[in-house]
Amino acid sequence: MKILVCIKQVPDLESRFKPDAAGVWFSDTDLAFRMNEYDEYAVEQAVRLREQLGDSAELTVLSIGPDRVVEAVKKALAMGCDRAVHVQDTAVHLKDPWQIASIIAAYAGDQGFDLIFTGMQSQDRGSAQVGVSLAEQLGVACATTLVGFEYADGAITAKRELEGGIKGVVKLRTPVLVTCQLGLNTPRYPTLPNIMKAKRKEITAIPVAELLKEEARTTATSFHHPAKKGSGLILEGDVGDLVEKVIGILKEKTSVLR
Amino acid sequence: MKTLLIGEYREGKLLDTTYELFGYAGQLGAETALFLVGSESQLPAFGGTLYLADALACGEYNPDLHKQLVLDAVQKENPDQIVFLHSSYGWDLAPRVAASLRIAQISEVIAIQEGGFEVGCCNGKMRRSITPATHRAVITIQAGAFQGVQPGGTPQVVKLTAESTGTMEFLGYEPAEEKGVDLSKAEVIVSAGRGIGKKDNVPVIAALAKALGGELGASRPVVDAEWVAHDHQVGTTGQTVSPKLYVACGISGAIQHLAGMKKSDFIIAINKDKDAPIGEVADVLVVADVMQFVPALTARLAR
Ligand SMILES: Cc1cc2nc3c(=O)[nH]c(=O)nc-3n(C[C@H](O)[C@H](O)[C@H](O)COP(=O)(O)OP(=O)(O)OC[C@H]3O[C@@H](n4cnc5c(N)ncnc54)[C@H](O)[C@@H]3O)c2cc1C
Ligand SMILES: Nc1ncnc2c1ncn2[C@@H]1O[C@H](COP(=O)(O)O)[C@@H](O)[C@H]1O
Repeated sequence: MKILVCIKQVPDLESRFKPDAAGVWFSDTDLAFRMNEYDEYAVEQAVRLREQLGDSAELTVLSIGPDRVVEAVKKALAMGCDRAVHVQDTAVHLKDPWQIASIIAAYAGDQGFDLIFTGMQSQDRGSAQVGVSLAEQLGVACATTLVGFEYADGAITAKRELEGGIKGVVKLRTPVLVTCQLGLNTPRYPTLPNIMKAKRKEITAIPVAELLKEEARTTATSFHHPAKKGSGLILEGDVGDLVEKVIGILKEKTSVLR
Repeated sequence: MKTLLIGEYREGKLLDTTYELFGYAGQLGAETALFLVGSESQLPAFGGTLYLADALACGEYNPDLHKQLVLDAVQKENPDQIVFLHSSYGWDLAPRVAASLRIAQISEVIAIQEGGFEVGCCNGKMRRSITPATHRAVITIQAGAFQGVQPGGTPQVVKLTAESTGTMEFLGYEPAEEKGVDLSKAEVIVSAGRGIGKKDNVPVIAALAKALGGELGASRPVVDAEWVAHDHQVGTTGQTVSPKLYVACGISGAIQHLAGMKKSDFIIAINKDKDAPIGEVADVLVVADVMQFVPALTARLAR
């Protein structure tokens, strides 16, 4: 069985974002990067399946982006992926979700993956498109927003999370692509021995030009702060003073301090 | 401008959120037709064309089949835009339709702009403007971004049927977990977010809730990490609350959290990040380390 997991590297979202020179995405400088949270669940689920199947399975992790994304790829390898593909692209932020999916599809097309895992969405772009688009381009079945996953005898049983905490349970036969939601499992922390072991695992680099065949279908024209800033009061300063101010506000504006 | 709106129906009921699509179309000033896999016994309050497939025959969730049905409606209606809600139904189906039609898709639209759309990014902290490069486009709109509108009237029904059975077997629904705590009745809620740092800090937040005579709430990561039980979760996949006072401790303010608490009468947020999107709904944003500020406030209340 061949398994693929797709991961994206995203900035720490507590960072302060500034537009880049073109004004269409954030500027990379001074940002710390890590694996997209949703993709950590995807990697964990893929590794668990790999462990369930034993040596008859092979798990590949793939990421598209500049050289820094290799850090996220190494984490996935340390979590238990067998091998990696780094699609080298310094302009990945200018590609739209359709193109990202098409690049992965071009790589995966003749590889015969039985199962593909992606995150439900990326935290920075959050289009929730790449997984489903990829499934469509490869012509495989797809279920989204998984909070439950089981595999047995060539079929998966998946729990999809719906609004209000209801779940929809579906069964699909491989080949299949699933998109993973927060809380699907508990992603493991790579252990030191596994980090060392991962250093010996193979990372294949492929220039994006070899895989990019599709035109973008959308164009970003601006990256900016929300126009509608909150109308609320912003309090800063010494904690003691802040406490007194908040007590005053609670007394004046609410009925909770009786 | 012509739109085909994709309505939603679940567990035998037309979902109210369907009317948000009319709110969007109204802002666009577009002609509208509605598509629904639903039931003739529950027609939406809308006087235009309704492309209707029977949910009993087609299944409420069978994306391959629903895609065929939407494509059929698109061919009959010839719309400029095909508009979904950005929901578990919409984000699942929209990319399939966009891929089949080979057209642009723009996700989670929060506002219509000259020549394009504004969407959120970076977990709600920032915005982008996006323009479709194809004449026709698939759009998903963010939940709550466009006020629901009931156009009124009785639709002219065009019935749709499809042949394919799809690649997926639907086994059924699993109900939401029983609620141990009913947060919807609480007058004060103090919620813990990931910014509290670790499970050991939960009692500090709970102590403030107690000092204010309220209940403990939580954001999703805190629940997923099992620091707090699921019945305390606030948001689209937790509870919707509207207390007199909501205190958000170390919560960034992602749209799915805001959807559950923005109707609170008074909101205080404690966050070390002045730009956190929670600031958009907070009456007061206290820029501080939550683990310094919260114990100090609790101690002051005890005096
Ligand atoms: C379909 C779907 C449904 C979802 N449903 C829900 C839901 O029902 N409820 C929900 O909450 N989320 C839900 N989410 C997840 C949501 O998108 C966010 O990921 C989540 O709300 C973030 O939680 P948080 O604010 O606690 O964590 P983060 O986004 O990580 O934010 C932590 C915040 O704490 C601040 N902080 C860090 N350290 C400190 C400190 N020492 N002092 C003060 N502040 C600090 C940071 O500045 C940051 O703003 C859903 C997501 C999806 C896709
Ligand atoms: N640059 C990338 N490289 C590899 N996978 C990606 C990339 N961008 C997005 N993905 C995958 O697609 C999912 C959805 O992303 P998005 O459509 O941007 O919300 C992510 O969770 C990843 O699994």
